[in-house]
Amino acid sequence: MTELRYDFQAIAEWIGEGETVLDLGCGDGSLLRHLQDTRGVLGYGVEADPENVRACIRNGINVLQIDLERGLAGFEDGFFDHVVMSFSLQAIHNTVGILTEMLRVGHEAVVSFPNFAYWRHRQAILNGHMPVSENLPYQWYNTPNVRFFTIADFESLCEMNGIVIRDAIGFDEGERVKEEPNFLASVGLFRLGRDH
Amino acid sequence: MTQPQSVGVVTPRTQRFTEPLPLKSGGCLDEYELVYETYGTLNADRSNAVLVCHALSGSHHVAGYYADAPERAGWWDNLVGPGKPLDTRKFFVIGVNNLGGCYGSTGPTSINPATGQPWGAAFPFVTVEDWVTSQARLADALGIKRFAAVVGGSLGGMQALSWTLQYPDRVAHAAVIAAAPRLSAENIAFNEVARQAILTDPEFHGGDYIAHGVVPERGLRLARMVGHITYLSDDAMAEKFGRSLRHGKQVFSYDAEFEIESYLRYQGKKFAGYFDANTYLLTTKALDYFDPAFEHGGNLPAALSRAQANFLVVSFSTDWRFPPERSHEIVEALLHNRRNVSYAEIDSAAGHDSFLLSDAIYHGVLSAYFDRIEVSGHD
Repeated sequence: MTELRYDFQAIAEWIGEGETVLDLGCGDGSLLRHLQDTRGVLGYGVEADPENVRACIRNGINVLQIDLERGLAGFEDGFFDHVVMSFSLQAIHNTVGILTEMLRVGHEAVVSFPNFAYWRHRQAILNGHMPVSENLPYQWYNTPNVRFFTIADFESLCEMNGIVIRDAIGFDEGERVKEEPNFLASVGLFRLGRDH
Repeated sequence: MTQPQSVGVVTPRTQRFTEPLPLKSGGCLDEYELVYETYGTLNADRSNAVLVCHALSGSHHVAGYYADAPERAGWWDNLVGPGKPLDTRKFFVIGVNNLGGCYGSTGPTSINPATGQPWGAAFPFVTVEDWVTSQARLADALGIKRFAAVVGGSLGGMQALSWTLQYPDRVAHAAVIAAAPRLSAENIAFNEVARQAILTDPEFHGGDYIAHGVVPERGLRLARMVGHITYLSDDAMAEKFGRSLRHGKQVFSYDAEFEIESYLRYQGKKFAGYFDANTYLLTTKALDYFDPAFEHGGNLPAALSRAQANFLVVSFSTDWRFPPERSHEIVEALLHNRRNVSYAEIDSAAGHDSFLLSDAIYHGVLSAYFDRIEVSGHD
């Protein structure tokens, strides 16, 4: 097993023993593996890439090969306690649609994404170039990302759509940021819900 | 990694049952035989057994070859063997010919003990559930209480699914491949065309053609031809045959001119030479009748609530007989019941037949899944 990704610990803290978790764009299933081992969750991953699907199965987690752009129509309302999407929101066209769907099928949503307003990214723009960094490893001409937004932008979007931010953590190179996340954090991790 | 190998020479065995088998159709078989093959070795606590269920025209001959026919490998030989996805160094794999079949298990060509004549049209209707019950009795006879996995494609996948409902505590894992929870009206329509081809053949004689010393060969050929079309995809046919003409030009004849015509005729003729017409009729009806949700008002999640197994569900992108959406129904019903399920949708050009081919991604998924299954005495 490789070293745990820095955000797994934070996500695990939000998830209770034996809860039901859906991980959208679950990669090789490491997060679900971690949650199964440490929280005994009933987890399902969604993944479109065949190699990742196989890796998930090898990892012993439930994986469903579904294209996220087709939505989550097959999932029942409120079936999951948590719906996680890490580092994928910026690569999906229908941003509001997927957030709405996550909060339809789950009681809570957890999303993480690269913050385009991170100070190093601002510096890159000031120097005349699109940012390229650990969390934005692509060049402008080959990036799979289709939505470019900041932590502040995301907070506005949640407010406009009645999405409640229950918790938010900024990370700078794996370390938690204590202040000014929209400036100092390269990654935003959000715990979202709805008021009932 | 060793190279995948054949299981080598295999020999079918026959198990005789004298306890009457009540059938879903209301009939009963007082005694019957099942012919089966096994590959690999049953471990000490009998926890490594895998049952492979066959589809419409399949048999117990899943893997390996017969000493006197080395060229005729089993129908899923690419899946089962040392170093293959269903690795016989780890698993004890069983193939069984279903009741009503024509490869040695009791069926319409067997002698009816009541009359001393072949059963023919008198052979009772058998269903997927009846097959599973008889397979469970074979498992009893072999001392297998619980299967590590039950695996099948198409109609075989329906049996794997039915196993998890009829004997939930006897199946640890089920691999349901290129299947559907029930046939669509279109599926039944194709089956009906095939059946009418046989039933209206003058040589059918109401099903008692053996007594007349004939075979409804024309009907069987047509049935196989129409069936075969549904196993392929438009893309696969276009690539394999296109509009190729056997004579290189149009000759204005009803002989096989286009390569696809020639191919279908060849497949039909070959099939009619070895398959039994009554078995074909019975088997297509078993397909049509299979519908575990029927007793639950059509509610599949309710029907699958009995299942305890872990599931692998696989579909193929160009399968229009049982397209991916049909597998989604199974997956969603299992999710509803909070079952462990993984689902792979394999990108393949070969249509329904894809489940029999050894596509690297498909077999990679199966290997990954079967490798995770824990059996004692194996790391």
